[in-house]
Amino acid sequence: MDFSFPKEYQLFRRMVSDFAENEVRPLAKAVDREHRVPLETVKKAAALGLMGVPFPQKYGGMGGGEMGYCIMMEELGRVCTSTATVIGAHTGIAAMSIYLDGTEEQKQKFLVPLASGRLIGAFGLTEAQAGSDAAAIKTTAVRDGNHFVINGAKVFITNGDIAGIMTVMAVTDPSLGAYGGITAFIVETDTPGFSIGSLENKMGIRGSSTAECVFQDVRVPKENVLGQFGAGFLTFMKSLDIGRASLGAACLGGAQAALEGCMEWTMAREQFGVPVATKQSVYFMIADMAAEIEALRSMIYRTAWLIDTHQPHIKEAAICKLYGSEVASRCVHKAMQIHGALGYSRDYWVERAYRDARIAEIFEGTNEIQRVVLASNLFRPYGMRIPS
Amino acid sequence: MDLTLSEEQSMFKKMFADFCTKEIRPKGEHIDQAEEPPEDLLAKAVDQGFWAALVPEEAEGCGMDVYTFTLMLEELARADMSTALILSVHNCLVVKPLLLYGSDEQKKRYLEALALGEKLGAFALTEASAGSDAAAIKMTATRNGSDYVLKGSKNWVSNGSLAGLFLVFARAEGGITAFLVEPETAGVKVGYREKTLGLRGVPANTIYFDDVHIPEANRLGAEGKGMEIALKALSLSRLGLAAIALGATERSLEEAVQFSIEHIQFGGPIALKQIIQNYVADAKTQIEALRSLVLHTAWLADSGQDFGQEASIAKLFGSRVAYEVTNRMLQVHGGYGYMKDYAIERYYRDCRALEIIEGTSQIQQFLIARDIYKAQGLEIRP
Repeated sequence: MDFSFPKEYQLFRRMVSDFAENEVRPLAKAVDREHRVPLETVKKAAALGLMGVPFPQKYGGMGGGEMGYCIMMEELGRVCTSTATVIGAHTGIAAMSIYLDGTEEQKQKFLVPLASGRLIGAFGLTEAQAGSDAAAIKTTAVRDGNHFVINGAKVFITNGDIAGIMTVMAVTDPSLGAYGGITAFIVETDTPGFSIGSLENKMGIRGSSTAECVFQDVRVPKENVLGQFGAGFLTFMKSLDIGRASLGAACLGGAQAALEGCMEWTMAREQFGVPVATKQSVYFMIADMAAEIEALRSMIYRTAWLIDTHQPHIKEAAICKLYGSEVASRCVHKAMQIHGALGYSRDYWVERAYRDARIAEIFEGTNEIQRVVLASNLFRPYGMRIPS
Repeated sequence: MDLTLSEEQSMFKKMFADFCTKEIRPKGEHIDQAEEPPEDLLAKAVDQGFWAALVPEEAEGCGMDVYTFTLMLEELARADMSTALILSVHNCLVVKPLLLYGSDEQKKRYLEALALGEKLGAFALTEASAGSDAAAIKMTATRNGSDYVLKGSKNWVSNGSLAGLFLVFARAEGGITAFLVEPETAGVKVGYREKTLGLRGVPANTIYFDDVHIPEANRLGAEGKGMEIALKALSLSRLGLAAIALGATERSLEEAVQFSIEHIQFGGPIALKQIIQNYVADAKTQIEALRSLVLHTAWLADSGQDFGQEASIAKLFGSRVAYEVTNRMLQVHGGYGYMKDYAIERYYRDCRALEIIEGTSQIQQFLIARDIYKAQGLEIRP
């Protein structure tokens, strides 16, 4: 057992931290207020190799594995949840799905531009009537010679309007259901017939875009089938399984930043003639934050290690997302309480952190779905099937 | 013991519900998104008697008992929390102290204007360095002949830019003292409006008092009585916030139940999922417990008993329930709950204020514990 980070990962963390402080933090407030994606930051991240951290260098990545990727997401989560969301959806689920199940040609053609940051990726799963019930998608892909013709609409797609490449899940045989009847495709968004519907007006992560993506007779060459024909649901679920660990890492960063901000404030703010840090009602909240954050940190990096060493990790990744999002929510709730009225003001970081944190309990599988994933994986060895 | 509503209370409740549902509810989204104080609705609310809720009938008011008043706030909050809070501040924190402590002359001068919608009340206690520690206020009231000169500034004054009358607390020779100050008085300046997470229809301003000359006739109560006046007003207002929490959670539950019936996943409405049913059942349980607490506290007030501790309990419990229920009901909505197209997104942000304003939860905990220990002969300090 060795819990220390190897030297190169320590150096990597310092590099990402510098980037986050110098390039991401100065824009965090503005992108939230102006409701815009910080594309200039994405460009700078690409120049540093931060758009493909987990992937091998031969695919344009940094070769940092899940460990490196979680380190980056933690550091980004500290300063700007929106930026973490943009880079996270691009890397952790969109590019990841191609890395996991793409052919060598597909990786060269699509993963390389994604990992190097020349193009932004999006993950096209959710539909209006298919959220938690992901297998209920209605988007179809029909074979036409050497092409598939995709029709349908995806909603709540992070990066949808800025993506060059989108992995899309579509029904190819309605009679076969989730396993066998759904296929994954790689879609270049400049293909005719692809368009953006409405953009969502969200409570938080307002520096990331959430788009409706419409497919009207979008013709995709058959070479763009991702993974085995009919096995698209599995490809997407595998990507989500891994994505959950890094999502938890972003929550870890957010929670840690809340803790540090609270410590600073409680030492400076005086009421009743003393710093509020000396009040038990206050420092117990801080102690609880620290306890949960340390437990989460152990969970995140143990799961990253499981993934990097190719061990089973589905339960652990679900726990990272479930526990991570709840810890982050509890920490920002306490942070707002500790800051009183100031915490409720949009002039201060707490308010944005509070809105931003709430999404992590919902997206990439609500926390209810994480519990379904956990329970079904716990009972499966006993032959017990858990319905959703 | 009889918990049924009297005929008069039932009539009021129906009137509140009709007006709030018809007039206010459709405006909630706009008030939030435009961050616009609902001045048109407040004007309409005058005819409903909402500005004069607590004013006795002999003074041309509505003469509601406290319980009926909580029903009013509950229905307002069910329609829109910003409107509810504005009227709660006006009635609990300005009209009520004037009724309790005002001289006949002061009542004659201000009560009618407050009751008839000419002057909206605002309560100016908090300062930059005096939040939870309200007694640490620095604003001064210096005697100058028959006048007082007010000097200082107040923060987070709800209703600030709309106010026609401020109840201001300042340090005079005899201790913290309350004053009635009209915004037109020379030296009063309405400053920065806070940008907030929620309750975006309530203007919360910094108010500057720059050598404001106030006649002695505008002092409310005796010198040094200020904290007593503030605390008494805050007790009623805390009960009011609990009633607002009640209305807000009822609305949130209603939104989530509707959504869960309409939203189909896994081949049926999500309402058929056990976890959704559990969330809804827990919310209903919390709401009914809160209702009992509000009812009990209002009964204490209406029967002339001391209700300060119960009001703190109702505020502490109500604000916690408001957070937990809105949080859960948002979760029922999934991704839709995070979008501004759905009322639950707004209620989640609005309700978060309740754990902070008019005494944080930590201050309520202190007040409750202080009373418990006081009964045992032990004095505790914050």
